[in-house]
Amino acid sequence: MTTDTAMRPPKRLLRDRIPVVHQLRQSVGLQRGMLVAGLVLTAFFILIAIFAPLIAPYGFAQLRDAEGTFGSQRPPSGEHLFGTTVGGYDVLSRVIWGAQTALLVIIIAVLLSIFAGVFLGLVSGYFGGWLDRVIVVIADAIYAFPSLLLAIVMSIVISGGQSNLWGGVFAAAISITVVFIPQYFRVIRAETVRIKAEAFVESAKVLGASNGRIMFRHVLRNATRTLPLIFTLNSSEAILTLAGLGFLGFGIEPTAAAEWGYDLNKAIADVSSGIWWTALFPGLAIVLVVLGITLVGESLNDLADPRLRGRRRVAQAAGVVAETSVVPGGTLTAGPGGLAGLEDGETFDEHGIEVAR
Amino acid sequence: MSTVVSIEGLGVSFSTDAGAVKAVDGVSLSVERGEVLAIVGESGSGKTVTAKTILGLLPETATASGAVLLSNKAGTSTHDVVSLPKKELRSIRGTDVAMVFQEPSTALNPVYPVGWQIAEGLRAHSDLSAKEARAKAIDILDRVGIPDPEHRVDHYPHQFSGGQKQRIVIAMALVLDPGLIVADEPTTALDVTVQAEILDLLRRCRDEFGMGIVLITHNMGVVADLADRVAVMYQGKVVEEADAETLFAAPQADYTKALLAAVPYVGTGTASAVARAEARPADWAAQAPVVEASGLEIVYPGRFGRPGFRAVDGVDFFIRPGEVLGLVGESGSGKTTIGRAIAGLTRVTGGSLKVLGHEMNGMRERQFRPARSRIGFVFQDPASSFNPLLTIADCVAEPLVIHGRAANPAAARKRVDELLEAVQLPRTYGDRFPHELSGGQRQRASLARALALEPELLIADEPTSALDVSVQARVLELFAELQREFGFASLFISHDLAVVDLLADRIAVLYRGELVEEGTGAEVLGAPRDPYTQRLLASLPVPDPVAQSARREELRRLREAS
Repeated sequence: MTTDTAMRPPKRLLRDRIPVVHQLRQSVGLQRGMLVAGLVLTAFFILIAIFAPLIAPYGFAQLRDAEGTFGSQRPPSGEHLFGTTVGGYDVLSRVIWGAQTALLVIIIAVLLSIFAGVFLGLVSGYFGGWLDRVIVVIADAIYAFPSLLLAIVMSIVISGGQSNLWGGVFAAAISITVVFIPQYFRVIRAETVRIKAEAFVESAKVLGASNGRIMFRHVLRNATRTLPLIFTLNSSEAILTLAGLGFLGFGIEPTAAAEWGYDLNKAIADVSSGIWWTALFPGLAIVLVVLGITLVGESLNDLADPRLRGRRRVAQAAGVVAETSVVPGGTLTAGPGGLAGLEDGETFDEHGIEVAR
Repeated sequence: MSTVVSIEGLGVSFSTDAGAVKAVDGVSLSVERGEVLAIVGESGSGKTVTAKTILGLLPETATASGAVLLSNKAGTSTHDVVSLPKKELRSIRGTDVAMVFQEPSTALNPVYPVGWQIAEGLRAHSDLSAKEARAKAIDILDRVGIPDPEHRVDHYPHQFSGGQKQRIVIAMALVLDPGLIVADEPTTALDVTVQAEILDLLRRCRDEFGMGIVLITHNMGVVADLADRVAVMYQGKVVEEADAETLFAAPQADYTKALLAAVPYVGTGTASAVARAEARPADWAAQAPVVEASGLEIVYPGRFGRPGFRAVDGVDFFIRPGEVLGLVGESGSGKTTIGRAIAGLTRVTGGSLKVLGHEMNGMRERQFRPARSRIGFVFQDPASSFNPLLTIADCVAEPLVIHGRAANPAAARKRVDELLEAVQLPRTYGDRFPHELSGGQRQRASLARALALEPELLIADEPTSALDVSVQARVLELFAELQREFGFASLFISHDLAVVDLLADRIAVLYRGELVEEGTGAEVLGAPRDPYTQRLLASLPVPDPVAQSARREELRRLREAS
C-alpha cells in the first residue's frame, strides 16, 4: 500500500491567526473601509485613555492654575481649547480623562461578565435539565428589564448612587455586568448545545472522558469563536450605559473622575443659552467611541459569515483545479474558529430562535 | 434538430478565501432528446457545477467561460445560458430546463401545500387561472404516481414520505414540460428500495415525456440502471465519454477503470467469510459473546403526553469474540440506535443488552466507564468526528490520556505514531489539524483513535457512507486488514448490502426496529427468506447495465407478488 503524499497546505502565519488582524487582511472594499475606520477610532480612544495624564493640559478636577481660577462657561480660547464648564472645569481635559474612565468601566464590566456568563452558559448547556431551565428563566427575566433601569437599581444597591473613582467605576461596571451576563450566557449556551451533539463530543464520551474534560477541552474552546464579536458590541453598549447612568446622576462625582455622561447632564442648561462647547465635546466623544467600536463589531460579524463576506471577483477560468476527494467542509484553510469558522450556520437555540452572535 | 443542450468548452472558476479555484475546465458535452446522460465523478470533480451552469444557477462568486447552448423542447429557439441576462434566464428556467434536487425535504417549502408549489411554477410562466393551475397540478401528481391526487394536492410536504416528496419535486420539474431535466443526485438521500422506484419514474420521464435528462451521481449502480450515455469527470475535466454498455464493458481511461474496480459487488465477501470461519478454533462457538442482546427494546421518549417512539423492538443477536456482525437496514430501522446503545450513548429501555459482561439496561456511567477502554467507536461523519482545534496526534492520544496510559498527548506520541502507521497515514500527519485531511484520511485517523486502546469490540457506524467510492474501497480494505491483525469483534453498521457483505461474518437485517433475518453472508444474500430482504437485495442496483436490466425485471416481479 502506498502512503499518501498529498501536498501539505501551508501553515497559517501568526499574523493570520490573531483575530482582528486576520479579518483585516481578509476583507475587501467597503467592508475593509468600515473595519479600518472602526479600528482607527477605537485605537485613538484607547491611546487617549492610556496617555490621558500626559495629553490632558489640566487635571479632571482642576479648577485653578497658577494664574487663578479658570472661570465658568468660558468659550474656547488659547488657554482652554474647548472652553470651560459651568462648574469651572476645563472641557478638553474632562473629555480626555473621561476616556480613561470609560475604558476602565469597559474592561471591568466585560471581564466580570465574560467569565461568569461563559461558565454559566457552559454548565447550563452541557448538563441541561432543571439547572438549565432555572438559569435560562433567570436570564430571560433579566432580559425583560430595560437595561438602564436595571443598571440604576444596581448602582443604588452597590454604592448608594454616588462615590469615589474606584467605587463609582465598579458600581457602573457591576451594574453593566448584570445586564451582560445573560448575553454571554445565551450565546455560549446555544453554542454548547450545538457542539454537544457533534460527533467529536460523543466520541470523547465513548472513550470514557470525564464531564469536566469534555466541557473544557472539547466544548469550551469550540464555543468561544463568537466572543470577540459580542465583546465589541457589548463594549459600545457599556459606554452608553455608563453615560446614561452619569447623565441621570448615578455616575461618578466630578471630583473623583471625569465622566462624559455627568458632563452632559451639567450642560443641559447651557445649550438653551447658546453655550455649545460644554455639551458638544463630551457628546461627540461618546458618539465617536461608540461608532468606532460598533463599526469593528459589525465588520467582524459580516466577515465571520461566508455569505456576507465580500470577495474580489476572479478572472475568467482562472486558478488551478482543486484536489478532488474532498468532503464538504474539507481541505480549504478554515477560519479563526477552525473548521467551524469556515461554514458557521446561524446559532439557534433549542426553540429554533436565532440568537445574537 | 434534436440536441437539447450542448456545452462547449465550459470553464468555471470560483473566488474563495484561498484565491481562485477552478472547478470546471474545458468541458464539452451534449444531450439529445429522450436521452439520459449521466455525469459521474467524485466529490470535487465539477459535476454539480457543470449541471448548475445549464440552469444558470452559479453563485455570485463564480465566473464562467465557454458556451452552454440550450434549446427548448420544440427546437424552435436556442439560448446561450452563460451570456444570458438574468431576466431571460428566468424565462427559460422551468420551461426549457428544470432541476430535481438531491434532498427532497429541503427542496419543498414546508409552509405551503404541494399543489400550490407546483402551481407557482405554472403561474410564473403562463397566465393560467388558479383553478386551471390546480387541475394541472392534480394531473401531474397523478402521472408521477402519487395516489389519490385530488385529495393529496392540498397536503403539506411533511405529510408525504421521502420517496413521495421526491416524486413531487419531479412533478414540479415536469409540469412545464421542459425539454431537459437536470437531476442532481436525485436518489442519494433516499433508501435503496425507494431509489429503485424513483429511477423507474425518471425512466418514464424519458420514455413517456420524451425528455433529455442530465443525471449527476456518484453511484455507478444508478448509472448502470438509468443512463444511456456516461461522461466521467475527474478534476474538472471529462476523462471519458461513452454509451453506458461500452463504458461498463470496456472502460478506456485509467481513472474509469479504477472507479469501476472500487465499486463493491454483492457476493464478493462470501469466500473470505468462509475462510475466516474455517480458521477459527473448535471451541470458538462456546466462548462467551462480547455483545448479547435478548428482547432488546429502545424507546425514545415522546413529547409531553404523547407515546414514545419505539426505535428498536425486541431484537435478539450476539457477537462472539473476533467476529464481525454486519447490521443492515434503511433509515429509521434502528441500526444506529443499537450501535449507540452498545456504546452507552443511548439508554436501553427494555429487554437485556450485555456488553462485555455489563448489563446496559439500567447502566450507571460510573460503573461502565472502565469498560469503555475495551470499546472503540468509528463515527459516520468524518467532518465532525474530530475536535477541530486539536491536532490529529492529540485526538488519537485522547483515549490513552483518559485511561491513564499516558500522562499527556506528548508522552503518547510514540504510540500515536505507531497507530497512524497502522492505518497507513504518514507520521507527520499527526501534526496536522483535522480540516487539513481529506475525508478518507480522517476516517482512517478515526480508526486509529478507536484502536488506540486495542479494544475487544469496535462499533463502526456507517464509516464509509460519507466517502467517495474509491476512498471507500481503501478504507474497507484497511478495516479488514486491521480486523485480521487486532482480532477485535465488530458491529459494522451500514445501509449498503455490498459493503457489509465485504466485511461481515454474519449479516443481520433490520426493518422498522425488528430483526427480520440473520445469518452468514451466503445465507442472507444468497438465499434470502424474508420478503423484505429479498426486496432490499433486488433494489440494489449493480454496476452493470445488462445484469441490471435483468434485475429490474426480477424486482418488478417481486413487487407484483407482494
